[in-house]
Formats: sequence, structure tokens, C-alpha cells
Amino acid sequence: MTQIIVLSVVILGSIGAISAVVLYFVSQKFKVYEDPKIAIIADILPGANCGGCGYAGCQALAEAIVKKGTTEGISCPVGGESVKKQIAEAMGEVAGETIPQRVIVRCNGTFENAPKKYNYDSITSCAYAHMLGAGESACAYGCLGLGDCVKACSFNSIKIDTTTGLPAVNYETCVLCGACVRACPRNIIEIRNIVEGNSIWVSCMNKEKGVEAKKNCKVACIACRKCEKTCEFEAVAVENNLAFIDSTKCTACMKCVAACPTGAILTMLKEEAKA
Amino acid sequence: MKTFKLGGVHPDDNKFAHQSSIEVFPLPQQAVLFATQHLGAPSTVVVEKGDKVKVGQLIARGDAFISANLHSPYSGTVNKVDLVADLSGIKKTAIVIDVEGDEWEQDIDLTADIKREITLSPSQIVEKIKEKGIVGLGGACFPTHVKFLIPQGKKAEYMIINAAECEPYITIDHRVMMERTEELLIGACILRDILSLPTVHIGVEHNKADVINHLKEVAKSFKGIKIHTLRTKYPQGAEKQLIKAITKREVPSGKLPIDVGCIVNNVNTALAVYEAVQKNKPLISNYVTYTGKSVKQPKNYLVRLGTPIQSIIEANGGLPEDTEKLISGGPMMGKAIANLDTYITKGFSCILVINNKEGKRAEINHCIRCAKCVDVCPMGLEPYLLAPLSEKSNWEKMEKMHVMDCIECGSCQYTCPAARPLLDRIRLGKNKTGAMIRARNTK
Repeated sequence: MTQIIVLSVVILGSIGAISAVVLYFVSQKFKVYEDPKIAIIADILPGANCGGCGYAGCQALAEAIVKKGTTEGISCPVGGESVKKQIAEAMGEVAGETIPQRVIVRCNGTFENAPKKYNYDSITSCAYAHMLGAGESACAYGCLGLGDCVKACSFNSIKIDTTTGLPAVNYETCVLCGACVRACPRNIIEIRNIVEGNSIWVSCMNKEKGVEAKKNCKVACIACRKCEKTCEFEAVAVENNLAFIDSTKCTACMKCVAACPTGAILTMLKEEAKA
Repeated sequence: MKTFKLGGVHPDDNKFAHQSSIEVFPLPQQAVLFATQHLGAPSTVVVEKGDKVKVGQLIARGDAFISANLHSPYSGTVNKVDLVADLSGIKKTAIVIDVEGDEWEQDIDLTADIKREITLSPSQIVEKIKEKGIVGLGGACFPTHVKFLIPQGKKAEYMIINAAECEPYITIDHRVMMERTEELLIGACILRDILSLPTVHIGVEHNKADVINHLKEVAKSFKGIKIHTLRTKYPQGAEKQLIKAITKREVPSGKLPIDVGCIVNNVNTALAVYEAVQKNKPLISNYVTYTGKSVKQPKNYLVRLGTPIQSIIEANGGLPEDTEKLISGGPMMGKAIANLDTYITKGFSCILVINNKEGKRAEINHCIRCAKCVDVCPMGLEPYLLAPLSEKSNWEKMEKMHVMDCIECGSCQYTCPAARPLLDRIRLGKNKTGAMIRARNTK
């Protein structure tokens, strides 16, 4: 009886010892070095895996930050200021100042401004309506109002306003993840810098000639270049029959807003006053 | 009677205009011709504002391998070259012509004589088809000459003329076969001779019994024409289904008809080939049916390209009061007309007026897994699984489930007892999956 016990202990013990030695060398040979910072940063991140940063999830973002070696231009839009600071600390940096930003919708083709020309009667999908044709307002650049941005938002921060047919953003809950920007088949949603507590943008994407654009929508950009001429900071450029305001150069002087004959230039302050 | 095995539906054929003979529609005062009226690379406009043009003069040239020429259907002055909205509302380059008189290019044979003798060699015929801008008039508008440039290692064994006209309402193929029989049979023989084959096969659906008898009668004076009677079943006129019915061969997934030795052309294309080769006439006009349940007198017209759609509707006393929507093409595969201020293009086969009784979509209900859509799919797909995948944007899985084989015939949506928008979703998925595959291949 004792012999059996001794034998088994010896056999099992030696198998264990040999395996341990083999495993040790194998693990040395195939060792993958993981920066401990990755785990630290992944811990700081919210862990929602929303994809708002443009990476597959929080782990992927943490790896990307460590690989890049700096937090410059790469961050978690959802976590906001505090997360940004913590990550910078972990990376041994001082967090730069965040420029406040917000989501803008570059279309003002409400039911009133751009009346329906026919009825769309198919699945509720902007991507499909965009594939089929110009859309109900006959403007091939404007908002289709079928809510692909609403479906893309994980934070319930964008809704289609039933009185205008356009997306309305709840800025309090919006975390600027950019999911709606990517979901829009017509690229009318953008994220812009807020300058001096204000943001100014051309609320139109129509690249047709002025006469044609005006036919379908009262508030279309007609590329008259008045805004370009009034701007003292070279922030406005008209290209392809469409004006664009560069929010990095804009000083929110509001001169272009007054100059626009169709009212295609909207501002954040005006919009808030209206609401 | 021959037919394809898998799937298919039986919609009411509603061929109201099958007895009304083709009328020549009067010339408009101003016409708009989209520069690109085919499937493939865009054509280059070769006229400028103020140029005088004659009927049959080249106005847009197709330079790429898959591209087609466009000729002026009118004599007059080019008013401008501008962007004009097509029937879906998307703006495209178009040539606007102010019509003055009707003066033709001199080398076009305008006599009514029927020329039977084929004098050109096969390569000359293909060149002629290319030069005269002939495209497939079954609806897809694929440049016809490209079909005859057979890749090395492949051999054409069957020349098939598609005369099934399985779409409800449309009657242009029917009327063309009744009224221009001899010409189109010569056209079919020309297509056959390009490939040096002994016979050309013409497939006609059984609901056109008068056409079958008439064709058989006229074909007696020709050699090597075989007319097949096909069972009336939608989509009998789809390329792959027609090949299956006539040759019993199946085009494998992702392959073309030429891979199984078949070339298919529409009857109207055969007629256009006859006119191009024997009469030197480019493709400048189209046969168009104006029909619908509320239309008092459904008609078939011979319309020049670039004629405003409005003028055809006005010539019939405007739209009926109960009009819900308009469709270009048939009710199964046609496209809704979103913009009425548009113009006839190559391959435009029908203006279909849908009244408010049949035009509205039924209320959408839950899928009850009855699998009727699987039964009717002529391509053997599973629409009830594809549609939810499209809703979830799962393009990779859709590709695995062969969404790219979908021919968009609409049988699944037609048959769905819960009125689910299956085809809409699948079509979106097919579009996105196709884009994904193209992006992957160019990487």
C-alpha cells in the first residue's frame, strides 16, 4: 500500500517537475511583452466599447494610445475632461486644453424651407433612400429625415424633430462620439469647434448652381460669395458652389451671418435663442 | 412547355395594350438627352452649345471598353449642355436640343424595304453595333457589342433571343413581334451569324399565343430559327432563368451566361441590330407602353429618345384622378418615377400608372416563418434571413449567404403574406455588400 502511494507521488511529481521546466523555457521563448500602461489606461476608460473614438473598443484605444506614445489627437470622446486628464497622467504628460466642440447638422431643409415633391414609401433607412434617388425634397444633398443617425446613437442624444423633419441634437447628453457623423449617407453631420462661445456654419451641402439649389430649398447656399468677401479672417471659402467656414480660423464675428442673402449660415447662439 | 425549375410567381399579367398597334409619337419642340444612357463608363459629350445637329449624328462618344455611343434623334440646334435631373431626381449631364425639322444623316437608309441579305463579316457587324450605340433594351442597357467580345477559352454555343416579356403590363415586345416580325428575325439571324452558330433560339411566354403562331409562320421562310414556347411564370424573362428553361444549363453563382456558352439578347435589341446593320440607323428611338388600370386607352408608342415623359402623359389627356404613383418599367422590377420632368432614355420600356387602390403598401406584420419567400426565390436564396441581416448591417454574413446572386425580381416581396419589405432591405444589403467587395478587391 505504501509502495503504491510512494510510486504515484514520485511519478506525478517528476511529470510535474519536467513539465514545469519545459513550460518555463517555452514561456521564455514565446514571451509577449505587454506594456503595463495598456492595462492602466484600459482601466481608466469607461469600458462602454461604443467605438466613438474610431477604434474597435476601449482595449483597442488603450493599445493605440500606448503604441502612439502620446495622447495628442487621440482620446476618448465619451469620457470627457476627467478621463483625458487621467490618461495623460498615466502616459506621463500634462493634458492639453480641450477645445469645446459640438455636433452640427449641415441642412436646414425643413418641411417649410424645402417642401416635399413626392412621397417616399419604403423602408425607414436613409441609406436606402439615398441609394434610390434625390429624396422627397428633390435635393440630392440634403437631409433625408429617416433617422440613420438616430439609430447609430448609443446615447439617445439625436432625434428627428417631427415639426421640421431634421435631426435635433441634445447637446447635454451628446458625448461627441461621432457615430452619427459616420452613419449619415450624405455626410451632413459634422463636429465643429466652438469659438468664443459660439459656432458658425453653413447649413447646406448643395453643390448645384445657385438657381438650381434655390428651386428645391429656400435656405440653400447659392454660392454668391458674399460671405467670402465679408470675412476678414479668410475663414470662409466657396468651392464647388458651396461655402465652407473653417472653424479653426473663424472668430465668430457674425459678419457673414448678416451678409448671407438666403439665411443659409446658422449660428449656435441663434439656434439656442430659437429653442 | 419549358420553364425554369426553382421558384417563380404568377402575378396577373394585365397586358391591356397588347392589341393596340404601335403609334409613332410626334417630335417634341425641345428634347433632353442624357449623355450616358447605358450601363458602364460614362460617355463624353462631343457637341457644344450652338452646334447644328442632324438625326443620326454622334453627340456623345463611349471611349471605354464598356461604354456606348449616343446619336442625336433630332435635327436642330444644341441649346446647352447642362445638368438635368433624371427620373430619380439625381442630376446628370445632358444635351438639350431645340428641334428644327427632321433632317437625317444621308447614309441612313430610310426606305421601308426589308433587306434580308447579310453582307458584312462578323467583325464588321460587331463594329457596326458598337458604332451605332446599341445597348440591351431589356432594361439593363448593357452595351450589346461587349457581349460579343468573347473572352479567350470560352465558346458561345447558344444564341438566345429573350421574348418572354414576363413583366406584367408591358406590351412593347408583344407588339414589336407582331408588327416588325421579319425585321427582328433578320436581326436575330445577324446575331446568330456573328457567332457562326446553326440556330438562334427565341423564347416566348405562352400567354402570347398569337405571337407564337405568327412568329412560327414567318420563321418558315428563314433557316435556323427555333421558337420555344415557355410557361407563363415570372421571372421567365430573367437571363439566367431563360437559359435554364431553353438549354437546361445553370449559370453558376457569380458567373456570366457566357461561362455556360450562352448569349442572351432582347427582341428589341435584335430589331435595333437589324436597323443598325442593314439600314445604318443608330439607336435613336424606343418603344414605350403607356398603361395602367385607370388609363382609359393604354397605348404603345415609338418614341424618340429625349422626349419629355410629360408630353406622353399629356397626349393621353393627363394622369387619371386616382393616380397614386408612376413607374418606369414594369410593376415587379420597375423604378418609381420621383421626378416627372424627365425624358425618355434608352431602355425605357413603360410608363405605368398605378392607381390608389393597388399603389399603397399593405401594413407590415411580423415574419411568421412560412418560408413562402424561400419557395418562390428563383435563385434559391433565403430572403427571410437576408432581410434582417441587412437591417443589422451584417454585410459579411450577407455575402456568405450569396446576396450578390439576387436578381432583384421581387418575387419574395410579392408573395410575402406579412407584406414585409424584403426586397428593399435585400437591395440595400446587395448595394452595401457590393461596395464592400469592390473596396476589398481594390486594396
